[in-house]
Amino acid sequence: MFEQSISTLAQQLRNKDITSVELTRLFLARIAKLDPQLNSFITVTEQRALEQAAAADALLQKGKGTTLTGIPIAHKDLFCTEGTLTTCGSKMLHNFIPPYESTVTNRIQQAGAVMLGKTNMDEFAMGSSNENSFYGAVKNPWNLDKVPGGSSGGSAAAIAAGLAVAATGTDTGGSIRQPASFCGITGLKPTYGRVSRFGMIAYASSLDQGGPMAKSAEDCAHLMQAMAGFDEKDSTSAEQPTDDYLANLNAPLAGLKIGLPKEYFGDGLDSQVADIIMAAVKEFEKLGATIKEISLPNLQLSIPSYYVIAPSEASSNLSRFDGVRFGHRCDNPKDLLDMYMRSRAEGFGREVQKRIMVGTYALSEGYYDAYYLKAQKIRRLIKEDFVKALEEVDVIMGPVAPTTAFGLGSKTSDPVAMYLEDIYTLSVNLAGIPAMSIPAGFAQGMPVGLQIMGNYFAEAKLLNVAHQYQQHTDWHLQTPTMAKGA
Amino acid sequence: MNWEVVIGLEIHTQLSTKSKLFSGAAVGFGAEPNTQTTLVDLGMPGALPVFNKEALRMAVMFGHAINAEIGMTSVFARKNYFYPDLPKGYQTSQMDHPIVGKGYLDVMLEDGTTSRVGITRAHLEEDAGKSLHEDFQGMTGIDLNRSSTPLLEIVSEPDIRSAKEAVAYVKMIHSIVTYLGICDGNMAEGSMRCDINLSLRPKGQKEYGTRTEIKNVNSFRFIEKAIYTEIERQADILEDGGRIIQETRLYDPEKNETRSMRSKEDANDYRYFPCPDLLPVVLTQEYVDNIKANLPELPSQKAARFQSDYALSEYDANVLSSSRAMADFFENANGVVKDPKLTANWVMGELSKLLNQEQLDINNSPVSAQAFGELLVRIKDDTINGKTAKDVFQAMWDGEGSADDIIDAKGLKQVTDTGAIETMIQTILDANAAQVEQYRAADEDKQKKMIGFFVGQVMKASQGKANPGLVNPILVKMLKG
Repeated sequence: MFEQSISTLAQQLRNKDITSVELTRLFLARIAKLDPQLNSFITVTEQRALEQAAAADALLQKGKGTTLTGIPIAHKDLFCTEGTLTTCGSKMLHNFIPPYESTVTNRIQQAGAVMLGKTNMDEFAMGSSNENSFYGAVKNPWNLDKVPGGSSGGSAAAIAAGLAVAATGTDTGGSIRQPASFCGITGLKPTYGRVSRFGMIAYASSLDQGGPMAKSAEDCAHLMQAMAGFDEKDSTSAEQPTDDYLANLNAPLAGLKIGLPKEYFGDGLDSQVADIIMAAVKEFEKLGATIKEISLPNLQLSIPSYYVIAPSEASSNLSRFDGVRFGHRCDNPKDLLDMYMRSRAEGFGREVQKRIMVGTYALSEGYYDAYYLKAQKIRRLIKEDFVKALEEVDVIMGPVAPTTAFGLGSKTSDPVAMYLEDIYTLSVNLAGIPAMSIPAGFAQGMPVGLQIMGNYFAEAKLLNVAHQYQQHTDWHLQTPTMAKGA
Repeated sequence: MNWEVVIGLEIHTQLSTKSKLFSGAAVGFGAEPNTQTTLVDLGMPGALPVFNKEALRMAVMFGHAINAEIGMTSVFARKNYFYPDLPKGYQTSQMDHPIVGKGYLDVMLEDGTTSRVGITRAHLEEDAGKSLHEDFQGMTGIDLNRSSTPLLEIVSEPDIRSAKEAVAYVKMIHSIVTYLGICDGNMAEGSMRCDINLSLRPKGQKEYGTRTEIKNVNSFRFIEKAIYTEIERQADILEDGGRIIQETRLYDPEKNETRSMRSKEDANDYRYFPCPDLLPVVLTQEYVDNIKANLPELPSQKAARFQSDYALSEYDANVLSSSRAMADFFENANGVVKDPKLTANWVMGELSKLLNQEQLDINNSPVSAQAFGELLVRIKDDTINGKTAKDVFQAMWDGEGSADDIIDAKGLKQVTDTGAIETMIQTILDANAAQVEQYRAADEDKQKKMIGFFVGQVMKASQGKANPGLVNPILVKMLKG
């Protein structure tokens, strides 16, 4: 039952084969049993879930509701949920219960989905391994000694282990795609502005984007139907109407032009990962696609550009966590400065502090032009690379990450090695285009994700391409051993 | 040493929008603390700003009024610093691309000359909240009602050379923003606050001296006094061979002194960068032109119209148009009187005198423009003379009723019956035979001087009610014998 797709479950709910309360209990029981090994949830909202499930059953009873009605899902713990603890993986917000609901979670709730709880993440979404959480590292369900990826590692691990049908994630530099790749699930980072950021705790505002994570492209499409769209509460959200993300899932791929950027297949890419990606590309050729080598010449510059822009914005975005109005405040501050310094030193973890300092430095008088402005110029070049490439091809494919999931603790002492993990994902955020990660095979027992990048607002196209692949392969249907017996 | 003072002003003008610059919360003075706030004003995690287009319209209006370039693409930037009443840890402002670019104002000085003050820029920004140190033993209260209230910061070039010029400039800005209806102009409530950048240099020197910035001065009088004391302070230091420290100072009106707040070394590095939560504001020419076409009459335009339509002197026209409230009072009263010169004299004379005495704003005048006009009508139709009218006006001011009520009740109607006046004059001439003799013997020049004595006697005898316009010719005729 836990392995079923959203549309199958929706059908079973409508057929009264199962109720939403039963389904919800099943997932709650799986969380209780398996999550102690994974640590994928920070908060399990059992009562809220059962209430929502009961309400969903009542709706279904009347023949109402959407496909998502009664489906148990999880939310990354940086979406503010009214009345439910929202920590952002940080001690800073260990006591923060928002009196408001984010647009994303609100829309999904309006669609009738049941919230099982809030998933673990790298603190303030800063990380590629989910080891930077105040609530402890998340383990990869395929191998408990490996990381699940980050920062949406809790959502990815929970889905892979069958602890939730689907989940929300956010992607600032790869935080949906990389954990999706490491955990063998499907994840979509939409075009910047396609999904509202209102109520999403900001890391880097010009890069952050919420998106769906699930077992398949089709499930992601169901979530997108609810999540996407203009929100007047987010000035950067796009007014452009949304597509029907389900309508074209079955469109044939004959004639599809796929671009393979040569920079994505250079040094640093694990050879087994490369083989798996090329095998996946062959599969697309069988489906009628044509392949073209392309170039995204500024790829290497995406790391320095990202690691200036994102920390700069973060240094400002995280200023509001000052111990004055909410969140952690140190004990017995002796004056205002002491309160600021100790509240923030105690509330933020090392990686967050590091990025605040990097960003503060980059924006400082005398350094701004050399760092922030230069990074923005590179960002424009990277964007132009994609725009140019996407005039010639329909989608761009490549690896999501240079390797499969690495060992817990193996890169924590080498931040540069950790940052290099993001080489294939960062540029997509800098350009603002949509991209997906879909399961494409296994290397030494660990999942490998294929990245599919597309043009602005081409989410429906990406979902169609991914869905067609998943109609002809079963990589996305694999289940880790630890998830089975339960 | 002969010093030249160099002054540049930054004026923070609170725009009179209904809601805040980046949220839907109401803007208002004096509400219970923290009742006029939303998630955005409180800086809650995940809350996002939405730009108030009304503030944009107002800023563009101002830009047109000061002959400025309008920023067709303006960008909001974050000014980062920590303070408890700054909930987000940054103020959203504009830095490199302000909504209003270079402009200027021609400021009329007291001696009737005009001087041109350049305006560097005017940009939109949000206000901070307030820290309340009283009422909280050993703690600070935070009121975020003011947080995200829209401000237009108007930055002048260092073109101002005296305290008087500074005040004239601020008054002109005040007059423009109230004319445009984009600010209520209430300085006591902080709707206009002024930062004064001031330095001295030896007369004739080209380079500027080191400046200080006096923060948050909020009345015309304090601006003038703060400038005088700061000039004196800087001159004393320089003349003793000392050096001015670049710093921020506060003006204390009670002690009439400025004192150091923080030096440049302590100054924040604000780490400005474009706000990623707000898109650049891109205007169309049509939008900008449309606002220009619908701009209300400005003080200088009104002054020109007062000269051409009402034949007022340049001076009178400028004084009357200096505030929209005074201009409106004048025009409303004149609508009743239909005698612009008489109305102008009375608005600038008696009315201004009583307003000043009681430190009242013309909006709070106890005598309405209509009632004021009715009084002047009674001068025009010879019911009372000017002197009596002053007494009637005082009675109206004191709430004794309309002009006609007071004239009736006190029997102040002017004597216009020539027979009665002749009888009155005859009595006076009879009682002052010696002076009459003197008058008749005198030459014309001397007679002119002496006539005042007889007029005075007649007015006294009539208790001021004799119509002076009638008294004079009759008196002259009767004195000739």
